[in-house]
Amino acid sequence: MRNRFPHRTASLLISLLVIFSIPILVKAQSGSPTSVTDDEVNSVARELYCPVCENIPLDVCGTQACAQWRELIRQKLEAGWSKDQIKVYFVEQYGDRVLATPPARGFNWLIYLFPPLLILLGGIILYRSIKIWKAAPPARENPNEEVPLEKDPYFAQIEDELKKR
Amino acid sequence: MIANIGFGALWFALVVAVYSIGSAIYGARRKLTNWVDSARNAMLLTFPLLTISVICLVILLVNGNFEVDYVASVTSKSMPLYLKITALWGGQAGSLLFWTWAMSAFAFAATLRNWERDREFLPWVVVVCSITLSFFLGLIIFVENPLARIWVLGGNLAIKSMFPPTGATLLFQTDGRGLNPLLRHPGMIIHPPMLYLGFVAFVIPYAFAVAALITGRTDDRWIRITRRWTLVAWLFLTLGLLLGARWAYDVLGWGGYWGWDPVEISALMPWLTGTAFLHSVMIQEKRGLFKRWNMLLIILTYDLVLFGTFLTRSGVLSSVHAFAQSSIGPLFFGFIGITFIGSLALLLNRWNDLKSETHMTSWLSREALFLLNNFLFIGILIVCFWGVIFPLISELVTGQKVTVGPPFYEQATAPLFAGLLMLMGIAPLAAWQHSTVKTLGKSIWKPAGISLIIPLIAYLLGVHNWAALFGFWLIALVASVTIYEYGRAVIARARSHSQSWWRAFWELTGRNRRRYGGYIIHLGVVLIGLGVIGMQMFQTETQGTLAQGQELKLDQYTIRYDSIAIFDTTDGRNIARAVVSIYKDGNYVGEIYPRRDYYIESQQPMTIPGLRSTLADDLYVILVDWQAISSSAATFKVYHNPLVNWLWIGGLILIIGTFVAAWPEREIQTSRAKSHKKQLAGSNA
Repeated sequence: MRNRFPHRTASLLISLLVIFSIPILVKAQSGSPTSVTDDEVNSVARELYCPVCENIPLDVCGTQACAQWRELIRQKLEAGWSKDQIKVYFVEQYGDRVLATPPARGFNWLIYLFPPLLILLGGIILYRSIKIWKAAPPARENPNEEVPLEKDPYFAQIEDELKKR
Repeated sequence: MIANIGFGALWFALVVAVYSIGSAIYGARRKLTNWVDSARNAMLLTFPLLTISVICLVILLVNGNFEVDYVASVTSKSMPLYLKITALWGGQAGSLLFWTWAMSAFAFAATLRNWERDREFLPWVVVVCSITLSFFLGLIIFVENPLARIWVLGGNLAIKSMFPPTGATLLFQTDGRGLNPLLRHPGMIIHPPMLYLGFVAFVIPYAFAVAALITGRTDDRWIRITRRWTLVAWLFLTLGLLLGARWAYDVLGWGGYWGWDPVEISALMPWLTGTAFLHSVMIQEKRGLFKRWNMLLIILTYDLVLFGTFLTRSGVLSSVHAFAQSSIGPLFFGFIGITFIGSLALLLNRWNDLKSETHMTSWLSREALFLLNNFLFIGILIVCFWGVIFPLISELVTGQKVTVGPPFYEQATAPLFAGLLMLMGIAPLAAWQHSTVKTLGKSIWKPAGISLIIPLIAYLLGVHNWAALFGFWLIALVASVTIYEYGRAVIARARSHSQSWWRAFWELTGRNRRRYGGYIIHLGVVLIGLGVIGMQMFQTETQGTLAQGQELKLDQYTIRYDSIAIFDTTDGRNIARAVVSIYKDGNYVGEIYPRRDYYIESQQPMTIPGLRSTLADDLYVILVDWQAISSSAATFKVYHNPLVNWLWIGGLILIIGTFVAAWPEREIQTSRAKSHKKQLAGSNA
């Protein structure tokens, strides 16, 4: 859902961007003052998952590798890449698992379709069941049935007291 | 020697558990009381036997017997005594033993009850408990033995085994690898046992449900017997989840308490079905409805307990291939499959006996609203279950790993949770059987009107996020309905009995603990909801690298980096501890000390945030990085977490409410006994 970038176009674009950004990256690494803030880096890293850890977003991952990936994001941002371009780059490099949710395509559609369909089906079953229950006569009176709340003398007393106020 | 005693006790426990299964089945089939009693005694024996085994492992952990592989993997000489003891559940093999021991304790307690009225349930309860125990004991003895030692064969070939392979000598290690630093936190010390106790306690209501299915005694007796067991299970599971959330907040250093991690979700899933069950059984007790549904819910809860243990213990979460290589994964998978299919077969066999005794009369009756509540809980379960297993299915089918992270769960479950809150606001006012829009409207209009004040105030204070305003209204609705209902009853009792409000409140709660315990739980949920809205809607964060004396702003807060100290501790840590001053609206409000502990032995860092907590918010500061030599600059990540502490307060109230609901109703029993005695005395006179 997040990644609607056509696959081939994205690859081509990334390749071109990588080629053209090399001089900029080299310049950034040579110690020039950075114009990209940590918050900007984190806003991208937050939407990516550590490619090698288990279920840890990149912005909070404490490993050295993740620190290097965040630095890579910084370099890309300095090079003028957009958030989506950086995300596509990471997907190209490490696969769909770096995205916080599976991209809505092919087999992945199942993750988005299955729960609402099942819940909808459950809702229909529930609706029909209640209708049938309402229509059907009682099998027999429930011997364990307790006195309904409104018929409970204690609560009748409470109601009386409230009415007196 | 100690390891051998522990292992012997394990074997003995397995033998008696298997014997109790056979003896109970034989006794039940042939109606031989002696055999059933023998099975019961055998199952009782598993608890002391497993206690011996647990004590042996604790002695080994405390003594530092590093020739035992488990001891070497979770303890080290430098660890304090309490951590050595809690290392019992710090690793896979030990936690399985702890799980089994807790299971045997619950089975022990359940078996000691008075069985006079429910004699026919006894053998089948023993069978279910003993099958579960035998499975786990089998896993421990044959696959994940925490008492196994390391032996050296020939040159350097190390073999993990309980007994020495031919020609092998014992490997005496001088020190162990120590407990995972992340587990060295008070929250994490209590969290796993609470979770396990919650898990295993659900086995008891499941065992009674199976016994009811087998014996054909499908009235609500099994539910009445297990009501308190279910509440106890729910209490422990809730405590486990809350403590896990607090641990994540304090230790994981990402500014939050719940990350929709598969391990977290695996503990949430049985809680969801367990909560649905707690509501649904009330309908069966009051109206004789949903007998099949209640059976299905407790079967689901039991298998989700197993599934949760399977997910966290089989390695399947890291990869389906790891699962295939895992020694316990396929066994767990098989056991879950057998118990689920077997339970469903029993349920289908009794399908016609489990017909509802009455019928639904109104869409707005309390039973209809409870059913809707169950539907929403199951909806959340579907989302959670599918989100957890989809990455595994994807890897299996496409070979591609995917991540299903918080955005999926939050978007899918938010409307369902909102629906649950709405029902919490409406259902307490709906009557059993007959309820109409008119009667419900008449009871709800006052609290509903009051509830609108909260979002209005929030709006006037500058909150213009419609989702947050809707959330505030929902929790205000639940709070006002609950307090209105409670208050009405307290006032009425105070007037009718000429009591103080406090006394009326106390006695009213004692008179119907289940109802008023439930109301207190609802109030706890309201406060938890407040914390969740604060975090989800209003959390802000920033990060910056500061030179000493420099400041960083976030909302109304300013932090100033004062200094950093780097030092070693005697327990094997290298600590970098920063001193940070906090200003709120320009006024100095105190100092906090975010730090990074580096465990030298295990080479693992641990981030401990600096926290300034108030009822309004938390300022949560993490030390991300620093210049090691000059200490002149450090990087901080700062989170502003509004209302988060209401989540913990709400959790505490929820626990109190559960205690109230689960507490034995002594007062009523006493008064009933007194009136009975009076009647007897009267009739005698």
